[in-house]
Amino acid sequence: MSAPAANCPNCGAPVVFRWSSAVQTTCEFCHSILVRTDVDLKKVGEVADLPPDASPIQIGSEGVYQNKSFVVIGRIMYAYEQGGWNEWHLIYNDGTSGWLSDAQLEYDLSWLTQPPVSQPLPAHDVVNRGKRFEWNGKIYEVTSITKAHYQGVQGELPFQYWDKADAVFADLRTTDGDFATIDYSDSPPKLYLGRPAEFEELHLKNLRQFEGWA
Amino acid sequence: MSSPLVGPPVAKAKALSCPNCGGAVEIRGFAHTLSVVCPSCLSVLDATTPEFEILQKFHGKQRFQPKIPLGSRGKIGDIVYEAIGFQVREGGSDDDTFGWEEYLLFNPYKGFRYLSEFQGHWNFIRGLSALPIETRSGMKPAIQMLGRTYVGFDSMKARTSFVLGEFPWQARAGDVVQVDDYVDPPRMLSSEKTQDEITWSLGEYIAGPQLWKAFGLPGSAPPATGVFANQPSPLAGKVRSAWHTWLWLNVALAAVAFLFTTLSTRRNVFEQTYTFEPRAKTESSFVTPTFELTGHTSNVEITTRTDLYNSWAYFNFALINEETGHAFDFGREVSYYVDGGEAEGKAIDSVTIPSVPSGRYYLRVEPEMDSKGTRINYTIAVRRDVPHYTFFWIAALLLLIPPILTSIRAASFEASRWRESDYAPATDGGE
Repeated sequence: MSAPAANCPNCGAPVVFRWSSAVQTTCEFCHSILVRTDVDLKKVGEVADLPPDASPIQIGSEGVYQNKSFVVIGRIMYAYEQGGWNEWHLIYNDGTSGWLSDAQLEYDLSWLTQPPVSQPLPAHDVVNRGKRFEWNGKIYEVTSITKAHYQGVQGELPFQYWDKADAVFADLRTTDGDFATIDYSDSPPKLYLGRPAEFEELHLKNLRQFEGWA
Repeated sequence: MSSPLVGPPVAKAKALSCPNCGGAVEIRGFAHTLSVVCPSCLSVLDATTPEFEILQKFHGKQRFQPKIPLGSRGKIGDIVYEAIGFQVREGGSDDDTFGWEEYLLFNPYKGFRYLSEFQGHWNFIRGLSALPIETRSGMKPAIQMLGRTYVGFDSMKARTSFVLGEFPWQARAGDVVQVDDYVDPPRMLSSEKTQDEITWSLGEYIAGPQLWKAFGLPGSAPPATGVFANQPSPLAGKVRSAWHTWLWLNVALAAVAFLFTTLSTRRNVFEQTYTFEPRAKTESSFVTPTFELTGHTSNVEITTRTDLYNSWAYFNFALINEETGHAFDFGREVSYYVDGGEAEGKAIDSVTIPSVPSGRYYLRVEPEMDSKGTRINYTIAVRRDVPHYTFFWIAALLLLIPPILTSIRAASFEASRWRESDYAPATDGGE
């Protein structure tokens, strides 16, 4: 993929986009958060140091899921009272984008999905555990509502995401193991539909190394 | 990648000293670990704070030693896991508590798994996130999950009484959760309920010796006592296969019987009608003309058809070989009574003499009757080599023994399993 290149408006270092549709990225050198405008890159903020995490995935990790290869190009990190998780932003070899979440090494793949116009997503204050929705012919039930703290971003993202504080997520499950997340960090909320994946199913390469684990 | 934003190429294991006793504390779960227990003073420490803030000091009565030492690694199903956390939990009512052990297993890529142990019975457990469907199985509650039905086994409050090692959550002694177990041997589905959430996990029964081998532990696994909730029955599948075998053996037996029937020649060798007058003062015994019994040594069927009515007759027979004089002696009673429409006995009798060699034979016949009886006519028919089924019926009965015994043993194993259940069919006392 021939990636459009530019220079960081803050430090002048080259900024390479792996994905032509990326809206936001971070400068690898000066930690500036850069947003694409029609003409150039604009610095909107600076990344605080990300807290230590132990995800084996990193930017540049590659994988194959159901015969479609993907590259990890960005991430959003969240924390909640019982731990944290990473939403890794993927681009597939057909140019589409998706997400791979790693919550204490439980992996889920998801894709942004447009809810039907006839059934808009409910406001976060009326979503309760047990509430059911039907999307793509499947029944999803709300199993948990998580209040999380946004901890930081890294790399390329499909939207601007850098000045958040708290975010509410509703997690939904189906009887065949699929899941959905309603992300209330933005208005209107976003719907992601996905499914869990075994580590082996992702055929990941270029992963982090762990001391004592070859 | 040389980016300053990407983490160090190798994540390092961490070691610090306990703020309570100064002892060395090792972290094996990298940044996943939220709480860790000091192996020296058993204080629970907050692993997310740089100074390892003390969350809880040890107030327990007893120090438990994990059977699988923390830090040991073992391969389960091709994946290497390291035992990094250990907890003892208690369940049951006040007067009947029991404890079990749980081990947290970790692989930095494949994630977390658990092992549980109770009286030598082990389960290998992983989290599950599908939506359960509540249902019933007879009188018991049940859960359908990902296409399988798990039958309710027990329901209790589980209290953590001892923790060691590290956990990706803040594990403390005294934590209480509501635990419900459902079984589909060798699997067990469990739910843990707190105020905020329900988590589900799926265990699979694993034999102690298999774990001892996987983790290279010294000595041998503690022997399993009793029957555990999801312990696979040693007879699982055997009942089915025993009846399956039984069915095929019956088919084979029927085939042999069929062959036997078709190969039997059933030759009529002699038939003659006689008359007997009990009041006649003449000698009643007589001999028949000779007849030929041919072929291999085989049986002979002698049928006596009479026109008896409300009377009886007795026949002394001797089947005598003309050349050797060898005689087969036997007596047959024939009686036929009709009383108010109900018949008793039969006017016909048939007897089979086994293993009669070939040769020329004749019958000596001596009929007897009630002296008040009237004259009867009777026909004696001799047939050579008739099929005979007694052996087959005995064989069919003997074939029933193994599947019935297997079924009884399987049922008694299941009875032992369910005796321990909170949903046991009959409980004495209880609440």
